[in-house]
Amino acid sequence: MELLCPAGSVAALKAAIENGADAVYVGLKNDTNARNFAGLNLDDLKLAEACAYVHKAGKKLHVAINTFAHPGSWPRWQQAVDQAVAAGADALIIADMAVLAYAAEHYPHIERHLSVQASATNLAAIEFYRQFGISRVVLPRVLSIQQVRAIARSSDIELEVFAFGSLCIMAEGRCYLSSYLTGQSPNTAGACSPAAFVRWQENNDGSLESRLNGVLIDKFAPNETAGYPTLCKGRFEVEGELYHTLEEPTSLNTLALLPELKREGIASLKIEGRQRSPAYVASLTRVWRQAIDTLAANPDAFNVQAQWDQVLASLSEGSQTTLGAYHRSWK
Amino acid sequence: MSLFTHATTAASPLNTAAAPLKLALGPVQYYWPKAQMLDFYQQAASSPAQVVYLGETVCSKRRELKFSDYLAIAQMLREAGKEVVLSTLTMLESPSELKELRRYCDNGEFWIEANDVGAIQMVQEQQLPFVAGAAISVYNHKALRQLLQLGMKRWVMPVELSRDWLQDILQQPLIADVRDCFEVEVFAFGHLPLAWSGRCFTARSENRAKDQCELCCINYPKGRIANSQEGEAVFLLNGIQTQSGDRYNLLNDLPSMLGLADVVRLSPEPEQSFEWLDKFQQKLSGAAKGHQPLPAGDCNGYWHQLAGLQQTHLKQADD
Repeated sequence: MELLCPAGSVAALKAAIENGADAVYVGLKNDTNARNFAGLNLDDLKLAEACAYVHKAGKKLHVAINTFAHPGSWPRWQQAVDQAVAAGADALIIADMAVLAYAAEHYPHIERHLSVQASATNLAAIEFYRQFGISRVVLPRVLSIQQVRAIARSSDIELEVFAFGSLCIMAEGRCYLSSYLTGQSPNTAGACSPAAFVRWQENNDGSLESRLNGVLIDKFAPNETAGYPTLCKGRFEVEGELYHTLEEPTSLNTLALLPELKREGIASLKIEGRQRSPAYVASLTRVWRQAIDTLAANPDAFNVQAQWDQVLASLSEGSQTTLGAYHRSWK
Repeated sequence: MSLFTHATTAASPLNTAAAPLKLALGPVQYYWPKAQMLDFYQQAASSPAQVVYLGETVCSKRRELKFSDYLAIAQMLREAGKEVVLSTLTMLESPSELKELRRYCDNGEFWIEANDVGAIQMVQEQQLPFVAGAAISVYNHKALRQLLQLGMKRWVMPVELSRDWLQDILQQPLIADVRDCFEVEVFAFGHLPLAWSGRCFTARSENRAKDQCELCCINYPKGRIANSQEGEAVFLLNGIQTQSGDRYNLLNDLPSMLGLADVVRLSPEPEQSFEWLDKFQQKLSGAAKGHQPLPAGDCNGYWHQLAGLQQTHLKQADD
């Protein structure tokens, strides 16, 4: 199983490689990728530097070009593909069928991975995207482990699953909640709940309010840990009851599923978090490297080590982790 | 350029334009009892809607109406002169859901609305025409042209896109050349379908697990509203689907659709769907003139390239 780690900078990429990543994925410095945040991602020069570093270590570089091209600025998506290939990328992670077709036609020798943003949740959808010569599918985080298993057993295509990180609870690439509140969504702007719309306000009683484009997402008591106002992780009121209506601030963690994912022949474990620091990437990569190696050495005696869980919890949103949709009880 | 040149005289109906707008009723997104559904479609049969979509698009556990029931309603509507399209499930996960989808695709009589590319895969194998639903990620002319080549006859634009975005796509030569080969439909009324999850939020709101949901959606014929802690309606919970807290309403924006769209979709609500259908019809026929006042909870931001929940009060050209 490949360990695929995120990098929003060359420093994070080096941290991933030094700590045992088999492959790293990055994005370009514009809205062609779904982590289009200020100060993040790589320009042309950095991409070439990243590629050289990764290849020298005998590892692979994947480039995410996984937003949907705007009609008036199609050349930007086309150039993103050209740039990634020119820099020496081993794989392109793509969601838009127009971008897939372009890459397939012009660079048939470069692997095309179907981004999670394409929302392929079933075999018929995977079959649809095969016309673009994809070699791998990144499965959405809405599937249960039973559903992942069913797909793995009925398809010969390589599968990549999310192993750790921020938990998108909606089918990715078909969620417009962010644009409903802000006008910008992952599909149209490459960001969910964009930072430019976030406002924090401390009240006289010490409570803290988080807003997204003016809409109150959550309110924290003075002793509570306040999280980023990702709109699906706020507290809303349903007929007088106040709770995390859609999802708690928590991170996905599939360490406990590792043996099963390996048994089902999952090709790659993806760690979410291109927006995170090099130190975060280093700590996470180290734990997952150890876990994968431990499993490989003795598949029948695999146990999640308490120390791994501790490290992962400390790196998680709200210090909590969940199996998410993989486990039916979450649903 | 003025889009409204043909609609500037207050007396002329909007629909005297070369390509008049058709009214469509979208699929019922909520879980209603069978009797309510049958009643709704009886009313639809004698309504001004020219196109009617029907079928379960949200959750495969909702079985008040079975496929055979939908087919019978579809036939009744066709007899009544409606153009009928079978709408399919949006998030397909299990083999049994794909099997049910196959039945829709193989119906042999009616077009289907594909709400997942899996459905497009099935109909293209048989070279059948289809409608591409709003949840299919088509954001540019190239993707749209690809679907045309696969047999798409009508495109429902993603709900988050604007008039400007639509115009930008349609004026690309790749599309302008084939514009008469397909229709464009705009979601213009109703709570916007914004997201689909592995989790059921209605079951969660009742502290139930999804597997033990007891089909509780049937108790919420217009979904469950989730308010901010300041009492602002933010979302509407509808099973695994999350909708907009405000109702989308492009009644006053109809003039700006002329020459761009062909079909205007109203998404059924438990109350007043047919009253609103009449209002849309009156606006198109010229019977209702000028800017119509809209309730405070209505929004139209997306059409104006703004946050979806915003409501603009732009002066219309036919005022």
